[in-house]
Amino acid sequence: MLAQQKVFAVLASAAVAVLIVELVRRRRLLPEFSWLWLLTAGLMLALGLWYDLLLFLTDLIGAVLPTSALFTFAFLFLILLAVHYSVRMTGLTHQVRALSQELALLRAEMEADRERAGAGDGK
Amino acid sequence: MSAGRAVAIVPAYNEAERIGAVLSALKAVEEVAEVVVVDDGSTDATAEAAASHGVRVLRLPVNMGYGVALQTGFKYALRAGFDHAVQIDADGQHEAACIAELLAPVRAGETDLAVGSRFLNGGPPYPIGALRLGAIRFFAALTAAFIGQAVTDPTSGFQAMNRRVLTLYASEGYPCDFPDADVLMTAHYAGLRIVEVPVVMYASRKKTTMHSGLRMGYYLFKLLLSIMLARLSRGRIEREYRDACAAEGLRRPR
Repeated sequence: MLAQQKVFAVLASAAVAVLIVELVRRRRLLPEFSWLWLLTAGLMLALGLWYDLLLFLTDLIGAVLPTSALFTFAFLFLILLAVHYSVRMTGLTHQVRALSQELALLRAEMEADRERAGAGDGK
Repeated sequence: MSAGRAVAIVPAYNEAERIGAVLSALKAVEEVAEVVVVDDGSTDATAEAAASHGVRVLRLPVNMGYGVALQTGFKYALRAGFDHAVQIDADGQHEAACIAELLAPVRAGETDLAVGSRFLNGGPPYPIGALRLGAIRFFAALTAAFIGQAVTDPTSGFQAMNRRVLTLYASEGYPCDFPDADVLMTAHYAGLRIVEVPVVMYASRKKTTMHSGLRMGYYLFKLLLSIMLARLSRGRIEREYRDACAAEGLRRPR
């Protein structure tokens, strides 16, 4: 692997790590989600510095070129990430549904109580 | 006290113009002790129109869809202690005068769920498009095959139910996204008894319904998926329903 490629891999992974930490610090990203991105940065760094690992992975999946292996893993990772967010969104949708229903029921209950109190005052 | 009497659940989205007639018709139904309108985040004056008829209005803060609105009504009915409930559309499609016949087998304890069918009395007094009719017949055959009894109108949203069904419908297992034939399967797998009762239905006066346009394609896909999932989730449905019944202090029917 060329030194140029190594420098790029190190800089790119460092940039991702800094961005994630900064987003968490500014509360724009939940720590819950940050581990996934920090892991991504770590993997980028590992593959950039440790070329033999990339060659091993290329051989493992039967790819011809290390770049093909890299893109395959990146693609799989993005698919898994999309599934992960779909699962999270489903959970959030269920929560929003339950909260909206509870809000409607409590509001009706509150209005009924207020009406009863108003009727009581009028007596 | 609502024991022995029924609540009518009316989910409504942008029905300010039509809901008044439905509520007036419901007032004339002796069997209905209370009417509850679930305003599904309407952008028109649906909630105000309903409130002006002196009925209880549950207002969802945002538009959540027909199934979520219905389930809100089921939760209300359960909490308010009603023994029976009727779900009826707000667009005037369902004939309120049929509620007595729809409720009769439920109140008599002959069934848990009574589904109003527009096809048992020779069909509805309005034309149904070939595509829609084909879809209804296909899902009727599919549902009948799975639950082992004849079904003529699996997409009917005109239903009467007892507290056991309310418990199921208010639980997590209720398919809120386009509840239709999959609801009947869920009820069947929960061990509930289902009958169809002939009712009168009219053509919806809404320009667009949840079964129109591009949504029809998604509706068909989703319904097919839900039916398959209901079939695959038999055990989970039974288990969850058993837990829900235990929480409500109800005995399971069988």
